[in-house]
Amino acid sequence: MDARRLFSGSVSLADLRPATVVTVGLLLVYPAVATDFFIFQIGAYSLILGTIALSLMMLGGYGGMVSLAQLTVAGFAGYLTAILGDNSVGVMGLGWPWWLTIFTAVLGAALFSAVIGAISARTEGIYTIMITLAIAVAFFFFVRQNYALYNGFTGYAGVMPPTLLGINWRDPAPFYYLSLAVAGGFFCAVLYGSRATFGLSLQAIRDNPRRMRALGYNVTLHRIVAYFLAGLIAGSAGVLMVWFNGRISPGSIGVGVVIDILVIAVVGGMRHPIGPFVGAIAFVLLENFAIDLIDRERFNTVIGLAFLLIVLFSPDGLLGLWSQMRSKIRLGKDARASAGRAERDDRHSAGSPKGTYKGT
Amino acid sequence: MIGLGKTTLAAVAILSLTGPAFAGEPIKIGALATLEGAFTVLGEDGMRGVRLALEEFGNMAGGHAIELITGSSDATPDSAIRATRKLVEQNGVPILIGPLSGSEGLAVKDYAKTQPNVTFLNGTSAAQDTTLRNAADNFFRFGTDGAQWMAGLGEYVYNEKGYRNLAVLAEDYSFPYTQVFGFLEPFCRLGGKAPADARFWVPIGNKDYSSVIAALPDDVDAIYVALGGADAVNFLTQYEQAGGELPLVGGSITVDQTVLGSKGRTREFVIGTPSAGPISDTWDNAGWQAFVDAYKTQFPDGFPSPSLFAHGYYINTKAALLALDAVDGDLSDGGVKYRAALASLEFETPTGMVRLDERRQAIADIFLTEVIEGPDGGLLNKTIKVIPQVSQTLGVSYEEFLNYGPVSRENPTCG
Repeated sequence: MDARRLFSGSVSLADLRPATVVTVGLLLVYPAVATDFFIFQIGAYSLILGTIALSLMMLGGYGGMVSLAQLTVAGFAGYLTAILGDNSVGVMGLGWPWWLTIFTAVLGAALFSAVIGAISARTEGIYTIMITLAIAVAFFFFVRQNYALYNGFTGYAGVMPPTLLGINWRDPAPFYYLSLAVAGGFFCAVLYGSRATFGLSLQAIRDNPRRMRALGYNVTLHRIVAYFLAGLIAGSAGVLMVWFNGRISPGSIGVGVVIDILVIAVVGGMRHPIGPFVGAIAFVLLENFAIDLIDRERFNTVIGLAFLLIVLFSPDGLLGLWSQMRSKIRLGKDARASAGRAERDDRHSAGSPKGTYKGT
Repeated sequence: MIGLGKTTLAAVAILSLTGPAFAGEPIKIGALATLEGAFTVLGEDGMRGVRLALEEFGNMAGGHAIELITGSSDATPDSAIRATRKLVEQNGVPILIGPLSGSEGLAVKDYAKTQPNVTFLNGTSAAQDTTLRNAADNFFRFGTDGAQWMAGLGEYVYNEKGYRNLAVLAEDYSFPYTQVFGFLEPFCRLGGKAPADARFWVPIGNKDYSSVIAALPDDVDAIYVALGGADAVNFLTQYEQAGGELPLVGGSITVDQTVLGSKGRTREFVIGTPSAGPISDTWDNAGWQAFVDAYKTQFPDGFPSPSLFAHGYYINTKAALLALDAVDGDLSDGGVKYRAALASLEFETPTGMVRLDERRQAIADIFLTEVIEGPDGGLLNKTIKVIPQVSQTLGVSYEEFLNYGPVSRENPTCG
């Protein structure tokens, strides 16, 4: 099978819908209308979290493998950036040039992800979740105890993006556009890949691995490659994450944050790559502003309740809520058209990975 | 997302139009504490300290009403920075009080350098390097640090208690390093021993101490325990259940009100434990008693007596308000005058006079205490001795103190 055919999707300009164009336009002009806080801490951070959750959505939604170690992969890339590049802590910081640091960090993360895949690819459902959670927890405690390489509890501080083309890439607007470019690039790549041969066979493996094996597909290898690709996505987001925080420590990759990524993906919706980004925006807004809405001792309850309600009323997350609303509005307008849509939706959901994450 | 952005933009525009605060217009003060995670109980008491100080001033300082905006972290530096950034960049507070935990303080100090017009006052974060090395010009600490808190304890357990060999159990981050350093430095100089293989470092939020308890050496005279909040309660309960019999020496937050006030069977077991810190529950002093009474009146559901977190946040908030009074609430020059007023501020706290050194670090009294059973059955820390005006460099010069090296798991070696 040659590479061209393996990854040949079918995307044309005719697929562009007005809503897409408007969204892209809004994302591009966003820094012009928002404050620095909203550009950096809300905008850029949502994009970074969304990209990490995108790698989980890709594995979970298309591959049926819910990996809780995606943040760990991102954190590994972040640590590599601090170790190979520069930091202000005085431990490691080998001072490699920025391009080599980023290249090694992302590639290292992808390989790490592939190893996780090799370990967990022969398992299904809840067992995949358990193995990847175990890896995430083990890595968390490892970096916390290891002082020679990871600098223990303190971790690394003072990790900054390079100043290129006369632009300080840590400034809110440049950093936002950098995150947007990375997030947008991977979003399109995942969308394209989902319709390419590789993506289609991955979805087929999700739905019936036994049949695919009988047809002669190497199921395990497909899954490991999927993990490698997801590692590229999570690793790139990890480099952005360490630049965003300027620091990385075991707390950045702790179990709570690992679960946050799962929450983001599930709340957003695992059926389309836009889901993780919608989920990330909802998560970041709640995380920042719930404390202003209610008594300071109860704001985590608000966050929890909001997510509970979303998942309760729409197992497909915010995306599902959106398509429900849309079909209701259409129902009022044109009952026949909506009946046809519902039929199509049914056919879609028949292909969704029910058994894998609804049980969690 | 866009809609919210515009609202904020409008809000910021209105704020910047009004510019320098006019009389009667509220001044925003941000308060950051750990309202999530293992240190939640401590953070809540810290917030009580902030409110106590605001209440004392009638919510007014320098002719302006004070608007309090709270932020929450979970004791990790990342979350502290996110909450700080939100308070400073989104809520636009010119004065911020916090954070609570050691490594958070180091991170917020670094962030402070990027916001030269905002004034930061520490909460109770007590890592040494927050003010000792690479200090930020706009970060003030009116509370003492973890090594200062231990002043006098090392000498006391060596001379009075007669301990020679100690095991150490502490959480694995910057604040306990600072405490262990402050305790062991005099203890080891006198000839005590606490070698590296008798030191046990556990992560924050550790639940199961059975492996640590099993590994504790038998040939030591006592265990020095520097754990906080839920961690201390968990260890004490499990050590008592395991039949542990070694006497304890407590870090500043190991046998304070956040732990002594908790329910459980650790009670008889901790009586007699010596410790040291910035407060003492039974200090016979009118100022302290008035502080305790005010705390009890305002927070009937708080601890039996204010913890050092309520105390630390109270002192820093009070300093912020006193300095606002001194400059008549004028922050229009980016707080330059205000910070000058803070730097020269010297005032009477419930625990004696406090003033700052040239690195904006407090010099204050420290209390040597021992746990006793109070008249109403609650456990209290009884004052044994007050060590007056302890400085961050513990009596030696700044240059000489730097030679001791940064605090870490192995400092001092003490083999």
